[in-house]
Order: sequence, then structure tokens, then C-alpha cells
Amino acid sequence: MAKYIAALKTALFILCLLPLAHYAAGLWQDTLGANPIEALTRGLGDWALRLLLITLAVTPLRRLSGWAWLLKLRRMLGLFAFFYASLHLIAYLWLDQFFDWAEIGRDILKRPFITVGMATFLLLAPLAATSTKAMIRRLGGQRWQRLHRLIYPAALLAVLHFTWMVKVDVREPALYGVILAVLLGLRAWWRIDDWRRPLVPRRRIIPIQVRR
Amino acid sequence: MLIQRPHDVPPSEITPKSVFAERRQFLRLAAGGALVLALSDAHAGDRLPAAAASPYSTPEEPTPYRHVTGYNNFVEFGSGKDIPAERAHRLRTSPWSVTLDGLVHKPRMLAIEDILKLAPLEERVYRLRCVEGWSMVVPWVGFSLSTLLKQVEPLGSARYVALESVVQPDTQPGVRLPLLDWPYTEGLRLDEAMHPLTLAAVGLYGEVMPKQNGAPVRLVVPWKYGFKSAKSIVRIRFTDKEPLTTWNKLQPDEYGFYANVNPEVSHPRWSQARERRIGDFLKRPTQLFNGYAEQVGPLYAGMDLRKFY
Repeated sequence: MAKYIAALKTALFILCLLPLAHYAAGLWQDTLGANPIEALTRGLGDWALRLLLITLAVTPLRRLSGWAWLLKLRRMLGLFAFFYASLHLIAYLWLDQFFDWAEIGRDILKRPFITVGMATFLLLAPLAATSTKAMIRRLGGQRWQRLHRLIYPAALLAVLHFTWMVKVDVREPALYGVILAVLLGLRAWWRIDDWRRPLVPRRRIIPIQVRR
Repeated sequence: MLIQRPHDVPPSEITPKSVFAERRQFLRLAAGGALVLALSDAHAGDRLPAAAASPYSTPEEPTPYRHVTGYNNFVEFGSGKDIPAERAHRLRTSPWSVTLDGLVHKPRMLAIEDILKLAPLEERVYRLRCVEGWSMVVPWVGFSLSTLLKQVEPLGSARYVALESVVQPDTQPGVRLPLLDWPYTEGLRLDEAMHPLTLAAVGLYGEVMPKQNGAPVRLVVPWKYGFKSAKSIVRIRFTDKEPLTTWNKLQPDEYGFYANVNPEVSHPRWSQARERRIGDFLKRPTQLFNGYAEQVGPLYAGMDLRKFY
């Protein structure tokens, strides 16, 4: 089983790098259209959000399917979400603002979609920093889990960031919003369901839950 | 006022070779019937009659044809900037007429063929600055809008014009969605509309206007953000009150009626201090009135440009 998981992780790692490869090749071959920097910045943001939602889908999928091994992929997915979010931020700081910190400061204060984008990144950073086994041990499972619930507000803010960036057609961010609502809604529903059955022990097994 | 010497050779004549190749492809498509254009027997990709160079042209290098015709905001077709180039070929531009009415002595409905004959065509190489923070240089072909407006003899009470774009639900998927309040309507103060820089454009790069750029006739106001330059115009209404305009109605705090390019007045979502010229890596500072301050500055003498943004 461990062998399969290792192979699966390698495959997933390569898969998660494909969007980056796509944009790198696009820049190299000039196939990103008239405004490649805009296409790159937006593309990196798109993939940060998509991977964030995929990360959030792991728990519901595992619960619905019973495949406990899915959880072993979650950290990598979350770290890739953060990786793309970081590249997205770097693209903004460098290619959009050329490290003009005064202008960046004004942007953060005055433009709500940028304020929200920065907040999202600040919420994700501690999660990436505490993703190692050593950090889980140091924090203790409970505290680690509490900290990592920051992914919920981070995902909400990420969707808001996208929505406020769009000029008129909010269908795409709305779609991500619906997906997020389902992913968070399932959790809420299950939680209420657990409370309704007080005789069943609460599920608090961290970080990896074995299938019952 | 202007001390630039007109070019001996219009920039359209020194178009890179790749552009000609694309044009040929356009012609092939047109021959296949996919891109039949309105101008009586004219097709997209067809050369327009030689246009005279204009002293209003900038000597800057025009943005490559493929970007000018491949990176467009034309929300009637959808909201992505590559979408108009994909979908606009469906637009019916023949027959086409423009109605001029409202506060005028002689309301008229002019066929596009007659509009083309109103004045000799000029090539005007203008900077185009989008409110989103990018810019281009486009060699438009057309003539001053004032030539068209004078046809109907505006009344003394006319102070504004409202320009309406076409709505074709069967060819424009965007108008079937409540993205904007259709028809797309833009407006100008009459003195802005009559300013010699304000262009009724019927082509670009020496060719009949590609549909994604607003065939068969569009407005070009080079000192204002691009959204003011309405495409595919079917009606021009003369009014005594400031007309309600599409983007202004949608988000009045973001899109003003005037929408003059101004690096000092930032948009809630985009600082307007700098812009990226399509094709450039580094950004450049944005100029007041998009570099046309000398010509159009007097129109706004005494106005608070922060208030009337």
C-alpha cells in the first residue's frame, strides 16, 4: 500500500506542476496572447484557488468514499495551493508593480480586491509553515487542527478576491463560490449530524483518520 | 499646436510580414463566406481606399495587428478579451445604417455606404488606453465624427450626444446575459464629440474594420478610457441632458461620465498612474488625457477633474 501511495504522490506532484509548465512554455513561446503578464498572473491565481478547493474537497471525498488514503495527498495539495498563491503574489509584486512598495501599500489600502487577496495570503502562510510532521507534533493535534481551520476563511476570501477583481461577468467566481459552499456546507451538515447523535464518539482523530 | 510632421509613409504600409500572412488568412476566411462584411462589396481584410496621413497621428510604433484584433473588450460577445475575435464574425453588418436624431434640425438615417462617402478617409495613429491599465497604438482609418454630426444640423439646445451600439441577440451571446444594460450606450459632451480628434472609425491598418473591433463604424476618443469609444454604432441621439451611459450606470463610483485618462485620478480597482503598453515588459507612466492634453485640455478648463472623472 505504501508503495502505491508513494507512486500516487509522485504522479500528483507532476500533475500539480503542469499548470506552471503550461505558463512557462506559454511565456517562452509567446502563446499567452497580447498581454502575457496579465494571463500569467491570472492563471497562477486561478490555480491557487482551484488547488485550495481541491484541498478542501479531500475530507468530504474521503468521508463519502471511505478512501482513507486520500488524506495522505492533502498536505501536498495544500502546499501546491500555497505555491501557486505565492507565485501569483510574486507576479503581482514584481511584474505588476515592480516592487514599488509605496504603490503596493496604496493598492492594499485602497483596493478592496487587493486587500482581500493579501489577507488570503496571510491566512495561508502559517498553514504552509506548519505543514511538517515536526510542526504538527510541536503544536499538538488539537491546536494544529484549530490553526488549520484558517483554510475556511482563506478560501472564502480567495473567492471574494476573484469576484471583486472581475469587471462584469461574475459567473466564473460564482461557480467557485458554489463549489466552496458545497464543500463547507457538507462539513457543517456532518457536524450537526454528529451532535444529534451524542452516543457516537465525536470524530477527532488527527491528523489521519483510520476508516471505521 | 501640433508640431509633429506627418509621416511620408503611413505605418500601415510598413506592417510586419507576419501581419500580411494573417491578412491572407482573413481573406481566405472571407472568401469562405465566414467574414463577409457590410461595406457593400467590402470584406474584413479588404484594403480601404488609400487614407491620407494625419497630423494628429502619433509617431509611435503601432501595436501588431494580431494584438489589435485579438485582444478586445466587446462585452456583447462575452467577457473574455479573446472572445470577440472568436465570435464576432457572426455579427451582421450588412445592411447597416446609423440613425441620427434627437435635438437636430434634420434627423436622418444614413446607410454605411453613404457614411463612407461623407469625407476622405484619413489614417489616424492613436494611443488607446484601457481603464484596466493596458494600452495600444492603433492605426485607425476614418474621419472626424464632427463631419457625421454636422449632417443633421444640431439644434442650439443640443449639448450632448448619446451613441448606441448594435444589439443582435442571435449573433451576440453577451447581450443574452444581463451583464450590462443593453444597448451599450456611451455619451460625449457635444464639444467633445465635435473635437477634431474624435473619430468615426471605419477601419484599421488600412483595412475595413474587423468585426471584433466594432465594424462597420465605431467611435474613437483617444484621450478617454477605451470603454467610451463605443463600437458598432447604430444610433446617435442629440440631447440637452447628460445621457446615462452603460458603465456609469453599472458602477458610478468606478466609471465616470467623462472618463478622461488621468494618472492622478485612480480607479477603485486600478491605479491609473502607469500602464502596460501591449508588447512591453515594463510599465510606462500614464499621461494626462492620454498625451492629448495640448489638444483637449482647453475643453476642461476650470473643471475639477477629480470630481468629473
